[in-house]
Amino acid sequence: MAKVTFIEHSGEQHCVPAGDGQTLMQVAIDNGVPGIDADCGGGCACGTCHVVVAEGWREKLDPANDSEEAMLSMSPDPQAGSRLSCQVQMNDGLDGLVVELPEFQM
Amino acid sequence: MNVMLKPSSASEVLLPAADIPLESLDVSDPRLLETNTWPEYFKRLRDEDPVHYLPDSPFGAFWSITRFEDIQFVDSNFKLFSSEPVIVIGDRPDDMFLEMFIAMDPPKHDEQRRAVQSVVAPKNLAEMEDLIRQRVISILDGLPVGESFNWVDKVSIELTTQMLATLFDFPVEQRHKLTYWSDMATSSPEMTGGTSTKEEREEAMDQCAKAFIQLWHDKAARREAGEEQGFDLINLLQNNEDTKDMIERPLEFLGNIILLIVGGNDTTRNSISGGVHALNQFPEQYDKLRADTSLIPNMISEIIRWQTPLAHMRRVANEDVELNGKTIKKGDKVVMWYLSGNRDERVIENPDQFQVDRKNARHHLSFGFGVHRCMGNRLAEMQLRILWEEIMQRFDRIEVVDEPQYIRSNFVKGYSELQVVVHPKK
Repeated sequence: MAKVTFIEHSGEQHCVPAGDGQTLMQVAIDNGVPGIDADCGGGCACGTCHVVVAEGWREKLDPANDSEEAMLSMSPDPQAGSRLSCQVQMNDGLDGLVVELPEFQM
Repeated sequence: MNVMLKPSSASEVLLPAADIPLESLDVSDPRLLETNTWPEYFKRLRDEDPVHYLPDSPFGAFWSITRFEDIQFVDSNFKLFSSEPVIVIGDRPDDMFLEMFIAMDPPKHDEQRRAVQSVVAPKNLAEMEDLIRQRVISILDGLPVGESFNWVDKVSIELTTQMLATLFDFPVEQRHKLTYWSDMATSSPEMTGGTSTKEEREEAMDQCAKAFIQLWHDKAARREAGEEQGFDLINLLQNNEDTKDMIERPLEFLGNIILLIVGGNDTTRNSISGGVHALNQFPEQYDKLRADTSLIPNMISEIIRWQTPLAHMRRVANEDVELNGKTIKKGDKVVMWYLSGNRDERVIENPDQFQVDRKNARHHLSFGFGVHRCMGNRLAEMQLRILWEEIMQRFDRIEVVDEPQYIRSNFVKGYSELQVVVHPKK
């Protein structure tokens, strides 16, 4: 099973297992990683599951679609590598993925 | 136009929802919120006809979307459903032609929203926390003890208006004008079934425009004179490439000012009142809160769900759309009833129960979903959290001592009066 590392804004790291086909948001919630609100429940509709994918991993993910881009563009704090974790699907090829959590969710 | 005013005339008696044929059930009647009879009307639509078409109403023909998941679908699809030209059920009378980004589609919406959203962005809120807390403390410590008073005036309005004055760098001694202008902007009978007159509104919008144009010029002059500018809305607009000339587009300038006044006013105000009311209706929840004040942040989301301070948002279909077995035609008016979705038994367990420790309490519709999602959500949550932290420090109980009075509207779900007696901790 793939492992993902979430790094909180404080620097604290959580290395957790990610099932094939799970979204990154679900992985965070299932493993009690703090800092992901996911108010809309994974519908790409609230922007509160924002993560920043570490360099080197960004191009390995499927690119964001229009709805995700639209929501990300509303973030007051957009960064290179910004993604909505509800739109990133895990597979075993992403073993070792590293994502950072922003200081605030919008 | 007389027919337009019919629902406000109270000439017809409101019937129980069960006695009305489904095809003529009209949830736009502004008396449903005023008389607190809305729950049975919306439950009937959710259960029997969740995508409901009413061919004729004082607000024209419209679709009602009443289940949580359908609302989320409509709200998230700005390409299928336009927010233009207005986001309330009724069309604009000729005195209300303001331009605001809540009623614009991308890309214009995005430009204007981006210019102003940093004023309420989470990053800047941390700096405001101390100021808000001081104000909350001063309001709570000044409340009369041992006599009943209207919580709406003394706390809900006072706190939200002080906050708005800060966000706009508006003269604090004139802050009550902000409340008045906000009320005028949302109370047109044609748009929301409210009770203001055209003359009152015109006068209010005119005053509001003059005051903010003046404020704009004052601030520009102060900056030119070298005075350091704070972190307020006008300053942000003046410093942003897309909006620095907004003063030359007065309808857009005033529209966005009004939008932010309304956005920061009715919503938080009525959630402040609603929380007190809910805890009185569910005293065992008040006990639970007293036993564990770490529930406050979760309770704040529950208050915002339970109150749903804005009852609806309206869209117009950009193309034919199939939804829950019905075909919404291009050009049809579609009303998302947030207050109903937030009571949808299919998504929310025991939705009519107020539960301070509700699981997944953040999963509610009150902030909307999609690109128009509430921009001030974090500020609202912070204001409410600080308020309840300070209330729980001081008061054993805020007791509601009379039936609340509600506002007549199909848009603003709120209180005009909530008589309470506060009981300080021994």
